[in-house]
Amino acid sequence: MDPRRTARTVSDPKVRQVGFFTPAPPERSVSDPPRFQDPIQPPSPSPTQVNDHSPSGNSLSPVMIPPAHHHSDNFLRTALQATSPTKAFSYSAKTVTIPPENEDVASSFSPGRKVVSAKSPSSFPGVKASSVPASELTTVSVVNLPPGISEKAGGASVEVQNDRPVSAKTLKEKTSKAERRALQEAQRAAKAAAKAEGTKASSAASKVVTSANTKPSKAAKSSSQKNDGSQVAASEKKGGDRAPEKDRKKDAPHPRMQYDDKSRVEKAKKRAVVKQTEARNRVELFRHLPQYEHGTQLPDLETKFFELDPMHPAVYKVGLQYLSGDIRGGNARCIAMFQAFKEAIKDYSTPPEKTLIRDLTARISSYVSFLIECRPLSISMGNAIKFLKNRIAKLPLALSESEAKSTLMLDIDRFINEKIILSEKVIVKHAVTKIRDGDVLLTYGASSVVEMILLHAHELGKHFHVVVVDSRPKLEGQLLLRRLVRKGLSCTYTHVNAVSCIMQDVTRVFLGASSVLSNGTVYSRVGTACVAMVAHAFHVPVLVCCEAYKFHERVQLDSICFNELGNPDAISKVQGRKEINYLDGLVNQENLQLLNLIYDATPSDYVSMIITDYGMIPPTSVPVIVREYRRDHLWS
Amino acid sequence: MPYTNQAAALIHSVKAVGERLIAANPVELAVGNVVRRVLHIVREEDLSLTTAAMAGLNLSAESDDEDDTDRDNHPALSAAAIAAASRSTLRPPSLQTLLEDVPDSAAVPHTSSSGGDSEGKSKSADKSSRSRKLKHDVIEAVNELIQDISTCHELIAEQAVEHIHQNEVILTLGSSRTVLEFLCAAKEKKRSFRVFVAEGAPRYQGHLLAKELVTRGLQTTLITDSAVFAMISRVNMVIVGAHAVMANGGVIAPVGLNMVALAAQKHAVPFVVLAGSHKLCPLYPHHPEVLLNELRSPSELLDFGEFSDCLDFGSGIGAPLLHVVNPTFDYVPPKLVSLFITDTGGHNPSYMYRLIADYYSADDLVLERRTTSGN
Repeated sequence: MDPRRTARTVSDPKVRQVGFFTPAPPERSVSDPPRFQDPIQPPSPSPTQVNDHSPSGNSLSPVMIPPAHHHSDNFLRTALQATSPTKAFSYSAKTVTIPPENEDVASSFSPGRKVVSAKSPSSFPGVKASSVPASELTTVSVVNLPPGISEKAGGASVEVQNDRPVSAKTLKEKTSKAERRALQEAQRAAKAAAKAEGTKASSAASKVVTSANTKPSKAAKSSSQKNDGSQVAASEKKGGDRAPEKDRKKDAPHPRMQYDDKSRVEKAKKRAVVKQTEARNRVELFRHLPQYEHGTQLPDLETKFFELDPMHPAVYKVGLQYLSGDIRGGNARCIAMFQAFKEAIKDYSTPPEKTLIRDLTARISSYVSFLIECRPLSISMGNAIKFLKNRIAKLPLALSESEAKSTLMLDIDRFINEKIILSEKVIVKHAVTKIRDGDVLLTYGASSVVEMILLHAHELGKHFHVVVVDSRPKLEGQLLLRRLVRKGLSCTYTHVNAVSCIMQDVTRVFLGASSVLSNGTVYSRVGTACVAMVAHAFHVPVLVCCEAYKFHERVQLDSICFNELGNPDAISKVQGRKEINYLDGLVNQENLQLLNLIYDATPSDYVSMIITDYGMIPPTSVPVIVREYRRDHLWS
Repeated sequence: MPYTNQAAALIHSVKAVGERLIAANPVELAVGNVVRRVLHIVREEDLSLTTAAMAGLNLSAESDDEDDTDRDNHPALSAAAIAAASRSTLRPPSLQTLLEDVPDSAAVPHTSSSGGDSEGKSKSADKSSRSRKLKHDVIEAVNELIQDISTCHELIAEQAVEHIHQNEVILTLGSSRTVLEFLCAAKEKKRSFRVFVAEGAPRYQGHLLAKELVTRGLQTTLITDSAVFAMISRVNMVIVGAHAVMANGGVIAPVGLNMVALAAQKHAVPFVVLAGSHKLCPLYPHHPEVLLNELRSPSELLDFGEFSDCLDFGSGIGAPLLHVVNPTFDYVPPKLVSLFITDTGGHNPSYMYRLIADYYSADDLVLERRTTSGN
């Protein structure tokens, strides 16, 4: 493969292959050979070489995305507004590489993208191998960029991809062995670390995580070697054949921590950074979920700020923001977490006599367990953490510390850019085709993607009316409502009880999601299921807008097996209405329990269509995406 | 207007008052129900008096069987009056009376004018005694009605034990006194069960109900309305009160209950509606979300102060950009209701129309009096 081929500005529409297929032999770069020597080079747009090699081809013709800069800016601005003004996250276009002029991004998304599977919503990643050649993922975002437009990340990632095959070809045999050695070492070290830390919850996490890292990296390596058909040695080929079976066995996601297991809860408490007092009057049905007193955590954490040496201040800040609810929304939380991790990685220095990979992984795990104590992870965050740990584990040993750190930071930027920012743009582009003049669109709560869709459709000049349905206790719809009315959309506002009164006038329902599970269940803010059910009863189509990185291979039948419990006091007190104080003084009665669910599970039969960056798919295709795109692309 | 038929006069005056009461708040269907009940009572009492008198007349006529034909020729003084009066009550409304809305009692004096003075005197004597009896009966019946309405809770609560067994989980939304008494009656009988109360925004009546249940010792969990679908898979029964029950078996209920009913249907959870018989309305719900609904103040949803900049933002055509919809009631179609529990027992939604015949007369469905030239 010639890395110096000139860019092609026209991409041939190819048939997208879904299902089992063998990629063409003269394939693109191996995914995990040693890293490029020089990560930052003058960006040269030569991304389209990958286009030819991507096995699934390019099925969509280039579609123009209208000037998209304000989407991401809007998103950033809203993310900023949603969060208290912080300096830790400078959502400038520099750090999060948003290509405003990236018109043709959409076309390459569906073949090149890949969804992470197996990430349990807590920090315990599923032990599922996801093998996506890193190169493919990086180049996806810059495929079809007109020459001359080169974003820093895009260029750098192109460079990554360019350099990798060169080095891969020359040093492949040796580096693969070194890789394997390093991986085994990491595995052994992780096991030792796990034993040292005991069986506390976070150790289970790190154990699982590191083993997950080793497993997917091994599998990734073997599958990428599969791609280099003829050049693969026999032994490596064997490894490649073995990996899929192992993957299949490990396909079942690692069981999550169940909080009714007293011994594990006690051990977790001992190592916890955040002192949690268990809530009184716990609802029996939810004994398996953590339920804590909410008022006491924040002041306690604030006092500890200067005591926690191992905790990076940026991570600490993000944790506090999660705890106080300043950052909400799957994408915002994920981006905030990654920005904090970038800071932490930037300031990281390997202690003597430790390897970077192992130590950094352990440190990231400790950060993650801290974040979990502040607020349980969303599924998108879980997937993102798995990605990061995967990237860390794949760092070649030969890399210097600064190079490794900058690689990681670039990877993080790329992830944010491709999986979140750009995929939102693709979703918006698809979704606005479903909005016609005269529509009455209903939305529930405040989803960032749905907001972008509505604003974009409004800018395109479509005339429609929006119904914003809101619910207690978060009343998130008011935030969305304010932003929509400011932009001049005509809106109706109501509460979730009235949805069956208003549904007869509605033509379409747009919903956001925290995650879509493999049985098609949409895991989203509590109340979404009610809205979808009523829409179904009135024969109104329900469109769920969800980025592909939020897909998960877990399955869930109802909202009780897994959920998040919020602050019970938010139920008894009504914000802004002092006269609703019927429950004053009763809160500690043993007969009264207050249940504040955060999420619920919408059955797939209420959902007409899911709009993702892979296109518009029915709910039954979610496991297909999880499975197929996991295999082709390294989850990088 | 001269009414020789006391009942018709009573009906007319009750209708006059009732019309005004209903016009004051058409959505409050119980008012119309009670008015129609009273009218029905008047008609019934009148009918029963007439039939009693007729029966008495027949008995007296029976004594001389061979003079059947003579009965008409030699009418007993009371018999003629009774027959005339009975004709007015028992006669089906003639086309003439329907079209012209002429009180059919006006026809009576003519037919019985052949009676003569003695008859007239006896008639008036009978009339006065009959009218006194009618008044007495009607007042008694209305008192009974008042009694029924105030004790409907107990009668309904008595049936609680039949429906709530041990270790049940019950879901309700908002607050209803009938539901409260129902659940407490089951608690008295030592049934152990738990209650999920949905708070019922934006009035938050669920908080009140939860407080009441807790003070009476029931295990209560308060949830938000949005969590209803999430929790309903673990619920055994949904028990709610109603604002009104319509003639087709549909329910006008506090807002949010249609959502609960749909969720209950999806999970095959019985949806039980408790309603006193005074809530049964003989009208059919046409477009109930709009016509039988009441919109409350938007300030319950949005703070005026916070959203004042958005609320009076006029667009180019002058229409406000932001509407806030705060309905009070929801319509639950009869196919979503599993059972009605009334003070007369448990009924299927498809049976409710039969109960209407017990409580209401067909003449009273439309309460507006048509103005005629004669008046």
